[in-house]
Amino acid sequence: MSLKMPAAEAHALERREELIAGLRAILPAESVITEEIALRPFESDGLTAYRQLPMVAALPETTAQVSAILALCSELDIRVVPRGAGTSLSGGALPLADGLLLGMAKFNRVLDVDYDNRVAVVQPGVTNLGVTKAVEGRGFYYAPDPSSQIACTIGGNVAENSGGVHCLKYGLTTNNILGLEMVLMSGEVIRLGGRHLDQPGYDLLGLMTGSEGLLGVITEVTVRILKKPASARALLIGFSSSEAAGACVAAIIAAGIVPGGMEMMDRLAIHAAEAFCKAGYPLDVEALLIVELDGPEVEVDELIGRVRALAERAGSVSLRVSETEAERLAFWAGRKAAFPAVGRISPDYYCMDGTIPRHRLPEVLSRMGEMSRTYGLRVANVFHAGDGNLHPLILYDANQADELERAEAFGADILKLCVEVGGVLTGEHGVGVEKRDLMGTMFDETDLAHQERIKCAFDPRQRLNPGKVFPVLHNCAEMGRMHVRGGNLPFPDLPRF
Amino acid sequence: MGMEEVILRPRDAADLLEAVQASLARGMALEVVGRASKRALGRPVASNAQLDLSALAGVTLYEPEELVMRAGAATPLSEILRQLAEKGQELAFEPPDLGPLYGLAAGQGSIGGAFLCNLSGPRRFKAGAARDHLLGFRAVSGRGEAFKAGGRVVKNVTGYDLPKLLCGSFGTLAVASEVTFKVLPAAEKVRTLLLFGLDAAAAVRAMAEAAGSPHEVSGLAHLPAPLARASGVDLVRGSARSVTAIRVEGFGASVEARLSALRSWFSAHDLEELHSARSRDFWRELRDVAPLLEPADRALWRLSAPPMEAPRIVTALERLGGDCYLDWAGGLIWYRCAGAGAEAGPVRAALGGQGHAMLIRASRDERQSSEVFHPEAPAIRLLGQRIKDSFDPERILNRGRIWPE
Ligand SMILES: Cc1cc2nc3c(=O)[nH]c(=O)nc-3n(C[C@H](O)[C@H](O)[C@H](O)COP(=O)(O)OP(=O)(O)OC[C@H]3O[C@@H](n4cnc5c(N)ncnc54)[C@H](O)[C@@H]3O)c2cc1C
Repeated sequence: MSLKMPAAEAHALERREELIAGLRAILPAESVITEEIALRPFESDGLTAYRQLPMVAALPETTAQVSAILALCSELDIRVVPRGAGTSLSGGALPLADGLLLGMAKFNRVLDVDYDNRVAVVQPGVTNLGVTKAVEGRGFYYAPDPSSQIACTIGGNVAENSGGVHCLKYGLTTNNILGLEMVLMSGEVIRLGGRHLDQPGYDLLGLMTGSEGLLGVITEVTVRILKKPASARALLIGFSSSEAAGACVAAIIAAGIVPGGMEMMDRLAIHAAEAFCKAGYPLDVEALLIVELDGPEVEVDELIGRVRALAERAGSVSLRVSETEAERLAFWAGRKAAFPAVGRISPDYYCMDGTIPRHRLPEVLSRMGEMSRTYGLRVANVFHAGDGNLHPLILYDANQADELERAEAFGADILKLCVEVGGVLTGEHGVGVEKRDLMGTMFDETDLAHQERIKCAFDPRQRLNPGKVFPVLHNCAEMGRMHVRGGNLPFPDLPRF
Repeated sequence: MGMEEVILRPRDAADLLEAVQASLARGMALEVVGRASKRALGRPVASNAQLDLSALAGVTLYEPEELVMRAGAATPLSEILRQLAEKGQELAFEPPDLGPLYGLAAGQGSIGGAFLCNLSGPRRFKAGAARDHLLGFRAVSGRGEAFKAGGRVVKNVTGYDLPKLLCGSFGTLAVASEVTFKVLPAAEKVRTLLLFGLDAAAAVRAMAEAAGSPHEVSGLAHLPAPLARASGVDLVRGSARSVTAIRVEGFGASVEARLSALRSWFSAHDLEELHSARSRDFWRELRDVAPLLEPADRALWRLSAPPMEAPRIVTALERLGGDCYLDWAGGLIWYRCAGAGAEAGPVRAALGGQGHAMLIRASRDERQSSEVFHPEAPAIRLLGQRIKDSFDPERILNRGRIWPE
């Protein structure tokens, strides 16, 4: 592990027994985990290259317990790492050797479904799909749909501001939640938003979403639910170059069409997916687009016609329209299984998550191809084409000397390239520990300091999930100090402005 | 205050940085002004100087196929909308034009002001608020430091979502010089179905049915009879009854199909239909609070609560006198007081512990002495203060605009 995590604090390690005793006073015995063998399952999240056993793990199931635990850890000055299902691909839930791992999986109840106000109130450990399952009987669903939706929790989704293939039209997590209950590191419980829209004062709900477990522990989430569209159909369109596919995507958007989903795969990803699940993908194309249109039947039919015409104009070499629901799902099956499919053709893969302005795609793919040759590692690309979110999957073998290091260096180069062309380091997977040390490529020190001081406003002693997101763990008192540069100004004559 | 007012007019972002630094060094508090259309929104600001951003204007990037635009913070909203319309696009959150509410001409607002005040129109319940459309910005904080946040792409979780924090901060954290935001295709066609004669309870029920249908309704409002009578749209004005409006937008055939489905769903009601031009006029009126504009000396409130609470809240407000109408399927209540007094206590009591209420228009004295923004729980208020301190420790930016300080 090349990554440097904050050094373990001696006082925390010394207080382990005290912590365990305190936790046992708050939780039933089976919810306090201290044995190494039982701690194993928590040692890493979806970013499996990094592992660390936590000092202790606790599995609360009520807000009062979370509050008592955080107050206890504040008092003992012990670090805490929240965890949902542990599917994070950026190491957001990576434990600390001197820290408590706070597992939120027992918060697994749907508390209320309010169809009239079109909201559901759920505990954070409910899975993403679990929310939809709770409301689909009445024809509703929860829109953000990460590919990990069977496993990942809504609390983790809020912490990462997760997206999915439908977020082009329906938004990310942040656009689909209305309220939160959360516990601050001090143990104080606060409620943000509710079943209504917008908030007075600063948008703390917006700030919490995507805060990667650094600001508070989420104990309840109020989500917006939507009525399922009346119909949905998909087109499967093959192109002989990624340029042509990219041009088709741009033409669709320019025509005023915002598809429910618009995904692209490159040759290697297409072949891997087809071998894995026989989705019926064409194998003689360089790029494959899946465009899904949803809404009233007449609209879907009309737009299918328009997209077909745009695709043909962009030079498509194959085109199929789903005629049945089974066929639509088959089109998606390959895309949705792209990660495991790539997992089948390579011992290991490393999933990247940069976003770029869409029109830079051909250039980014060609430079990625050059990098692939330089690093001697293959890369398969799946791409949320509508919003420019790339998922290059770097193929490597961890058992080969230095392949992991090469894969990581390759990945870092891809992300730097994304920033260089006007994009960002991460579109939906979060910074975590994975991209932490790359933050400087996107933000300068002043930019970062303005973010870090927010952390200080919520958690001045940096007890909650430290070592994630920010490359350097600054002292909050230090960060707050003013460096009045105006003092050195030649005191301009004010009216000059 | 009390002194002759100094006006700082930075010509560009570098000037802006210098202006804030100089103010900081001299201990001057600044009132941050974009195009001066919303100075009367929020508490009166205690300042020694005005920071006039009007020179930071102009669209610097517009890529319609990427659905993104970037502009100087003080770019007139009218200019932004004009450029978007040329490409068949729009701001999906329908920023209201509140100028006339404050006795100013229409069309004066800036894009920065729309985001900083997080103002959104009738489509908000479907398409999101202003805050859902800001992707990135450049700004100078009260620390006298230039910084940037977010980016130009829609999907971005790199670090904290500062664009969300900027929206609704009313210029109290940082002075934005440039904003980058998401734009969307404008609908080909707009239709509005009108249901006549419903009371608030029946209207809210009907709107919930429409919102819970698969017909992608993008506007749901209810005007009681006296306010409907004042509409500039003939079919609304002439009805002599309350009007409940359901908007459907999109591609031609789709709008027709959805509207006809809604028509048959509500066939037991007395129905009428507004086509594109009249629809646009009608929803613009609601967006800009035109039904409650006059008399101009009456205090005006915006209440946000769960939609199904609206009938109860309306009943409570009616007991206070005054008038109100509903937007966002009932989730938004615009309320004009019976007199010039803001009546903050009774109005907030009408919410019955749900949602929040903001005083949108009132005399300077009323805004000075009342809580314009809904009071927050102490722990949340404390977090807000700490965030304010982190961006603006000397409190030189829009001092007092949100809280007394
Ligand atoms: C195969 C696969 C496919 C994926 N596809 C997608 C995709 O399509 N789109 C996408 O966006 N992501 C995707 N992901 C990433 C991942 O699933 C998401 O980031 C998800 O939201 C993580 O949820 P989790 O419950 O597993 O959280 P964890 O991994 O347990 O934790 C993630 C972060 O959230 C914090 N956290 C968790 N719960 C709480 C809480 N209650 N309060 C405060 N902080 C908390 C943790 O501290 C950590 O920082 C995928 C992952 C895998 C393995």
